[in-house]
Amino acid sequence: MGLISPDYGTIFWMVLAFGIVFLILKKFGWKPIMEGLKAREKSIEDALLSAEQAREEMTALQADHERIMQDARTERDSLLSEARVMRDEIIETARTEAIKEGEKLIEHARKQIENEKANAIGEIKEQISKLSVDIAEKILRVELSDAVKQKALNDDILKDLKLN
Amino acid sequence: MWKKQSLTILLLFGLMLARVGAQDDNQHESNSNSHEEDKVFNPGTFILDHVMDSYDWHILTVGDTHISIPLPVILISKSKGFHIFLSSRFHHGHSAYKGFMIAQDGPNEGSIVEVDEHGHVDENAKLPLDFSITKTVFAMLISFLLMIWIFLSVAKRYKKNPNRPPKGIQALMEPIILFVRDDIAIPSIGEKRYERFMPYLLTVFFFIILNNYLGVIPFPPGGANVTGNIAVTAVLALLTFIITTFSTNKGYWKHIFNAPGVPWWLKFPVPLMPFIELLGVFTKPLVLCIRLFANILAGHFIILSFVALIFIFGQIHWIAGYGVSFISVLFYVFMTLLEFLVAFIQAYVFTLLSALYFGMAKEEAH
Repeated sequence: MGLISPDYGTIFWMVLAFGIVFLILKKFGWKPIMEGLKAREKSIEDALLSAEQAREEMTALQADHERIMQDARTERDSLLSEARVMRDEIIETARTEAIKEGEKLIEHARKQIENEKANAIGEIKEQISKLSVDIAEKILRVELSDAVKQKALNDDILKDLKLN
Repeated sequence: MWKKQSLTILLLFGLMLARVGAQDDNQHESNSNSHEEDKVFNPGTFILDHVMDSYDWHILTVGDTHISIPLPVILISKSKGFHIFLSSRFHHGHSAYKGFMIAQDGPNEGSIVEVDEHGHVDENAKLPLDFSITKTVFAMLISFLLMIWIFLSVAKRYKKNPNRPPKGIQALMEPIILFVRDDIAIPSIGEKRYERFMPYLLTVFFFIILNNYLGVIPFPPGGANVTGNIAVTAVLALLTFIITTFSTNKGYWKHIFNAPGVPWWLKFPVPLMPFIELLGVFTKPLVLCIRLFANILAGHFIILSFVALIFIFGQIHWIAGYGVSFISVLFYVFMTLLEFLVAFIQAYVFTLLSALYFGMAKEEAH
């Protein structure tokens, strides 16, 4: 048993034991350990990847959401401005309508006034002519009661007739 | 860069051999007059007794009583046949049993030799084939059982709770397994081929680191010098060598025998470069073996030296012994912590270099 000369007995047991332990550990130790490590690393990587993917999806969704909101806002704005324009138009047309109608009414009123006036004047004329006839009758009666005067009147009328 | 480092390690190793030789001389001297100076403390013997393999697992000596775990001795002898018995039959090497005993001196010191009926060492008989479960083998088997128990329970957790965070012993082992995979195997071998080598790399890494740590713990099941035993590291290095050689491709061999980018006169007529490259194929595992062995052994030497200092000074005067023990214990603690670091580094280096060799075995054509 030297310090630096390898002992064949030790070599024999070492080779035997190392071989057996190596085979046992290779099959039942290292294999499941390495596979377990690999599987866990893979699952962690997958989880990280899927988390990353979910985050990206979230961002995409958020962007989508933002876009939709933006669209809605612009649509609302356009609707509002359209409505404003429409309102202005309606007011404008209403005003012109009203003015036109008013003018018509005024015209109508004027015509009516005109008519009424004409009527009134006609009536007044009739009244006047009636009155003047009445007056002339009364005057005639007075005149005709006197012969001289009757004669004078006749003459006068005749004279006028001739003139006409 | 590795060649330079391996050269340094070889040099250190050479120095260490010289030192061990010197200690062996001391041992012979002290053995020859051990009867007169039985009580004299010999640091060389003390340290070697602790780092060397033995037939029983010595725990404690109180007075003259040795407390140790007896281990099975398995012998195959040509003349006496197959024998298996507990090492306690030897009474710590003091007596023979069934015609065998542990040689106390001579060229086979420490090994089991055959003795004749009168109890004398049979010089003519060949040494029996010794397949004893020694301290190193026993500690190694314990560490293997520990590994099986730990990793089968870890594997069970992976099967039972897939895709769950690790818990308990699983949480302790997972970062180390991931370290071996992500920092050793994948960068050295490549994403495509590393999986084939993972079982070996993991087994080797955990075997080395577990035994390195157990080796620093000073009581059973620790305290045995498994990764500081050259037979153990030789087997590990040999396995790396075999796996490397069996996973080579044409590019690898082309690189060795006809390295691209090297001037032709280095290959012909004297095949200098092929020779050096071919030598490199064998020095790589050799260096793997020696690096781990020498590092762990040296660590044990240093730690034991600090302990030995206490006894050396204690022999001079008991006050000196206590005085030095304070400093020694401080250094002991420091070295033990350093050894914990070295334990990891050596396991890492062995596994990393094995992985690099596996990666190099499939050289891409330039």
